[in-house]
Amino acid sequence: MKLRIESVALDSLMLRLFDAIDEANMPWLMAAAERLHGRFGAQLIDLVPSYTTLLLHYDCRQLSEAQACAWVHEALTDLQPQPMAAQGQRHELPVWYHPSVGPDLSRLAQRAGCSTEQVITRHCSRDYPVFTLGFAPGFGYMGLVDPSIAAPRLATPRQRVPQGSVGIAERQTAVYPLPSPGGWNLLGRCPLALFDREREGYSLLKPGDRVRFVAIDRTEFVRLGGDPSPMEADA
Amino acid sequence: MSRLRVEQTLGFAQLQDGGRFGVRHLGVTQGGALDWVAQHWANWLLGNPLDAGVIEIPLGGLTLRAEADGWLALAGADLGATLDQQPLAPWQAFAIRRDQELRFASPQSGVRGYLAAPGGFQAPAVLGAVATVIRESLGGLQGDGSALKVGDQLSYDTRSVSPRQMPAAAIPDYTAEVRLQLLLGAQSSQFSGASLFALFNQRWTLDQRADRMGMRLTGPALRYQGAPLISEGIPLGAVQVPPDGQPIVLLNDRQTIGGYPRLGALTPGSLARLAQCAPGQALRMQPVTQPQARKAQLALLANWES
Repeated sequence: MKLRIESVALDSLMLRLFDAIDEANMPWLMAAAERLHGRFGAQLIDLVPSYTTLLLHYDCRQLSEAQACAWVHEALTDLQPQPMAAQGQRHELPVWYHPSVGPDLSRLAQRAGCSTEQVITRHCSRDYPVFTLGFAPGFGYMGLVDPSIAAPRLATPRQRVPQGSVGIAERQTAVYPLPSPGGWNLLGRCPLALFDREREGYSLLKPGDRVRFVAIDRTEFVRLGGDPSPMEADA
Repeated sequence: MSRLRVEQTLGFAQLQDGGRFGVRHLGVTQGGALDWVAQHWANWLLGNPLDAGVIEIPLGGLTLRAEADGWLALAGADLGATLDQQPLAPWQAFAIRRDQELRFASPQSGVRGYLAAPGGFQAPAVLGAVATVIRESLGGLQGDGSALKVGDQLSYDTRSVSPRQMPAAAIPDYTAEVRLQLLLGAQSSQFSGASLFALFNQRWTLDQRADRMGMRLTGPALRYQGAPLISEGIPLGAVQVPPDGQPIVLLNDRQTIGGYPRLGALTPGSLARLAQCAPGQALRMQPVTQPQARKAQLALLANWES
C-alpha cells in the first residue's frame, strides 16, 4: 500500500492506494474508509471505494484542499488492514441457473469446454469480495471468477436485462438490482431484492462484503419471491 | 396547503433539490438541480432553505393550474412564462391566485427554469432527498423516480412570505460567451500536448447528446496516451474522454464509477452555466487553479448569506 493523493475536483480528492485489482486490497480500503470517516466527520460528504482507490468528497466550504490533504495523511498514518473479524458481511445469494433466465449459460459452457452444470459449480465454488458498487444502486462488482468461465461483455448490450439477473463480464460477476440495459453474460436469476429504499442501509451488498452464490431450483426460486418469467427474445 | 395541478408537460420537468449524499458508495448517484445557482436564487427569493425542493423545467412545455392562492418564485432560464397569459419574467417572487394558469412556453434565453414554493414542494424524502433520478427509480413526488405527469398535484405551504428582491447584478446573462473553467486533474498529463492546447484554444460545441447524466462536447479529437484505467469514483463535473476523443462533462445523474480517462473537472459555477446551454452552443474552456476556483466558489456562496 502506497498512498498517492490526486486533486480531481474543487471538493474531491482521489486517494490511490494500489495499482492493480486484488482481493487483498479490500481490507486496506475498508480500514482506510473507516479512518477517514472518523477524521473528517461531518466534513465528509461522500466516500466511494473502488478496486484500488477511494474518492473522497469533502465540504469545500469548511476545508481547503491543503487542509483536506493534511487530514487524509493524518487519518491514514500507520494504516493496518481490517482484521478478518471486522470485515464486511458474508452473504449467500441463491441463484436459479437456467437457460430461460440465463440465456448465455450454454455459450459459457461451450467456451469453457465443459457442461453447464460445471459452469454453475465453478461459479458457486468461491467467495467473491464486493470490490465496489456502481452502474446502478446496489449493483456490486464482484470477482474474480474462475478464468475458465470468464467471458467478454456482449458486443451489443441487451436493451433490457431483468431484475435479479446474474452475469459475468471478464472475470467479474454481479447481480442486476433493477431492470436495465446491460452487456454482461447472463447465467441465472437471484430472487432477493438487492436494493430496497425501505430497508435499513438500502443495499444488501456493501463494498468489502463477501458473496457466495448457491444454486437453487425453480420451485425454491419462486418460493423466495423470484419472478421466473423467461427472458424475452432480443429485438 | 396550496396546490398546483399539472395540466400539460413534455415529460422532462421534475422535482429536484440539492441532491442525495452519503449513499454514493452504494452506487446511488447524486442527483439535484443542474443549475444549482438558479435553484438557490429561486429558494432565496422566498426565504427558503437554499436546497429546498424546486421544479426543474427544461425547455418549457409545462402548464400548471393553481388550486389555491399562494406565493411562488422563478429563476433561471426565460421560458416565455405567462400567468393567465400575462408575461412573467424570471428572477422574481410572485403571488398566484386560485384558478390562475402558469404556463412555460419555450426557451427565450437559457434552457432550465426553476420554480420554487414556500418551504419547498412537498414530497417524501428518499435516501435523504427528494431529487428525482428516473434511471434509479428514486425521488420525485411519489418517491419512485417519476418526472411530473399530467394530473400530479404539487403541494406547498400556504404561509405568507416576505418575498425578496433579486440583486440586479446577480442576474446572469445567458447570451454572453461561455467560458467554462476547468480544474486540471492528474490524468491530464497523459494527454498529448496538442490535445491540451486544443482543449483550451479551440472552440467546442455542445452536442445533441446532453442530459442529466452528462453533456458531450464536439471539437478536435483529444488523444489519451496513458495506460487503460481501473474504474474509480467520478466527481461531479468530471470531464471524461472516451476513445473517440470527444469529451463528456459528467453531471448530477452520472454513474458513480467509471474507467475512462479524465482531464479534470469543471467548477460548480461553470456547471451551473453549462446547464443553461442548448445543443449547438459554442463554448470555450479555460484552466483555473484550485485556490482561484475555491475563492470564486466561496464568493458565489456569500451571495446567499444574509
